[in-house]
Amino acid sequence: GAGAFVALGLPLRASASLADDAIATFTGGAEMADSGITLTAPEIAENGNTVPVEVSAPGAAEILVLATGNPTPAVATFKFGALAASQTASTRIRLAGTQDVVAIAKMPDGTFAKASSTVKVTIGGCGG
Amino acid sequence: GNWGRLAAQQSLTQDQLLQFDTFGNVSLIHVTDIHAQLKPLYFREPSINIGVGDNRGKVPHVTGADFRKLYEVEDGSPSHYALSSGDFSALAAGYGRVGGLDRVATVINQIRSDRPDALLLDGGDTWHGSYTCYHTEGQDMVNVMNALKPDAMTFHWEFTLGSDRVNEIVEGLPFAALGQNIFDAEWDEPAELFPPYKFFERGGVKIAVIGQAFPYMPIANPGWMFPEYAFGIRDENMQSMVDEVRAAGAELVVCLSHNGFDVDKKMAGIVTGIDVILSGHTHDALPEPVLVGETIIVASGSNGKFVSRVDLDVRDGRMMGFRHKLIPIFSDVITPDADVAAVIDEQRAPYEEELSEVIGQTASLLYRRGNFNGTWDDVICDALISEREADIALSPGVRWGPSLLPGQDITREDIWNVTSMTYGAAYRSEMTGEFLHVIMEDVADNLFNPDPYYQQGGDMVRTGGLGYRIDVTKPQGERITEMTLLKTGEMIDPAKTYQVAGWASVNEGTEGPQIWDVVENHIRQQGTVTVDPNNSVQVVGA
Amino acid sequence: MAKGVKPRVKVPKKAAAGEAITIKTLISHKMESGQRKDDDGNLIPRSIINRFTCDFNGENVIDVTLEPAISTNPYLEFAATVPEAGEFKFTWYDDDGSVYEESKKIAIG
Ligand SMILES: [Mn+2]
Ligand SMILES: [Mn+2]
Repeated sequence: GAGAFVALGLPLRASASLADDAIATFTGGAEMADSGITLTAPEIAENGNTVPVEVSAPGAAEILVLATGNPTPAVATFKFGALAASQTASTRIRLAGTQDVVAIAKMPDGTFAKASSTVKVTIGGCGG
Repeated sequence: GNWGRLAAQQSLTQDQLLQFDTFGNVSLIHVTDIHAQLKPLYFREPSINIGVGDNRGKVPHVTGADFRKLYEVEDGSPSHYALSSGDFSALAAGYGRVGGLDRVATVINQIRSDRPDALLLDGGDTWHGSYTCYHTEGQDMVNVMNALKPDAMTFHWEFTLGSDRVNEIVEGLPFAALGQNIFDAEWDEPAELFPPYKFFERGGVKIAVIGQAFPYMPIANPGWMFPEYAFGIRDENMQSMVDEVRAAGAELVVCLSHNGFDVDKKMAGIVTGIDVILSGHTHDALPEPVLVGETIIVASGSNGKFVSRVDLDVRDGRMMGFRHKLIPIFSDVITPDADVAAVIDEQRAPYEEELSEVIGQTASLLYRRGNFNGTWDDVICDALISEREADIALSPGVRWGPSLLPGQDITREDIWNVTSMTYGAAYRSEMTGEFLHVIMEDVADNLFNPDPYYQQGGDMVRTGGLGYRIDVTKPQGERITEMTLLKTGEMIDPAKTYQVAGWASVNEGTEGPQIWDVVENHIRQQGTVTVDPNNSVQVVGA
Repeated sequence: MAKGVKPRVKVPKKAAAGEAITIKTLISHKMESGQRKDDDGNLIPRSIINRFTCDFNGENVIDVTLEPAISTNPYLEFAATVPEAGEFKFTWYDDDGSVYEESKKIAIG
């Protein structure tokens, strides 16, 4: 039943420009490759308050994660040290609604790579 | 629809229904989505089941006469009645009830007499959906299913008993409770109580059965009832499990799935190495498996109406061929198994008086299945509007719940069969027109998103007092237009507030009378229920 | 120091020299985002864990900046190389200035 009373609506893009600003700050406006980084997130969030995401970018120095539709897009920055066995990390994040989550890897040679994934946050409540 | 009852039944025999030339060296028996239906019933298949994206016009999104044409099913035949909609009331009068787990037991025993080591696999949605199941917290179903001796099962609605109760039952189950996608929510590790797979050695073949529980449990059902668990599709983990069992010598890999049909189709195209997916959740009944790459997908209906038998020839570590039959359980044709009948009676005996109380009658065919509305849901929405004094009613688009024929009594059991759940409170609240639109769009996207992984496998929320137009080809936010308050004929005003009554909220602490009481009161008042044709939803793009 | 903050970590007890291991950490913390309002409509001030680090024998594994979009009870999972026997040190930094620490020894074998 659609009896949930949460504020959900269309895919959120309201703060996309804020996200663009955050990306520009991180990359200095550099081009971003679309390979070399993977972002794993569920298609549908079981709970918008705790959405599992995993980022992986072999060799990266840092990975920035943004939720482009949140009022404040910043989520986390992972900096990998000498003893990181792989440039992979997982966490759980809050999403204010259906939106794209974006991850950007900064490589040691100064290049960047980007991945994004749409996560649906839904009222749900019906089934077979 | 001119078939006399006797003529119809004379044309069918148990031997004919169960006729099967045993094939290969392995047999699988699949039952799924029984929804606690122990006794024979009527069940009308949907007349509207729209597919979108790549699944547009593909099975199981083919219904009625189109379905019969596709599978060369003769009009008026037993298969017409069992598998498709159209002329339902007349055919039901001829062919009688379907299902009943004592009949299912007879079929299983017959298959086991051909192939003693056949695997019996239950796809879940078993411990939910009836008066006795509710009052025994699933124990009636556990007792009856144990008598059928399954080899494994997976899960969906079971979790709405709450995780304590599920854990308690699963700890005592004499068969495997599988789910590669059931995880501990805190540490994101496989839940110990639900192994990902189990190995069986049958007919000299090493078989791995991998479980796949319903991926969207905490969204489609109240997550607060089972907070320790996380689900999801997890197709990467599915692939590792397939690789793991293959490396351990599995010659046949079977996925016992509660994904829903389109999700299974997509998964079969991503995960390699699964031979057979036994599909559940979306309640589709298909007379032939659907092939995706080298994987066959079998859909076995719901409510105890069908049993699938799949015989496989497995040689040199490979599935070389299969033979399949979807066996409709015609209750008047198949002799009940006496032992299982006794177990069923034993579960029902303490409740017989409450179950059989006649609340009213129906002059119309009452059914549920269909993407947008069903006559049973119309009755429920009417009950919500009148009993809860609302402008608009919302009723969940669940796919379970048997049908009643015109002229039948409506008993308390019948009402519970279409309403029973552990979160049945009928809420009443104020919603703005804008919020109503958001809800409708949200649910529509769960059904009509072109990517199956974004679908949850229910039907559209049913509306009472509210009409709308839906274009299923549009993206979320643009599908629903022309929302109209039916009692005045006015368009819904986004800024205005409406009194809305509904049930099955996934929110903790939802208040209101139980839906079965609301419906019972309404039917008592009506005496005889009549449902007018529902023209409140205009569908575009199907 | 915020009340009820409890770090937990999962680290294998043993590893082969040079092996990659998975580490999981959780810390109970409400992660107040600074965007919620109380019943009276007043903004509840932000109070989060803003940084997490993991080091092994003084050398860094990972250094994470956390924002208010990280969920209640922050969870972090990552992979570390274990060159020798020693100790992992985990540190969480709270907005209120508190620092929470946890350590785990690992043997080679
Ligand atoms: Mn079901
Ligand atoms: Mn289901």
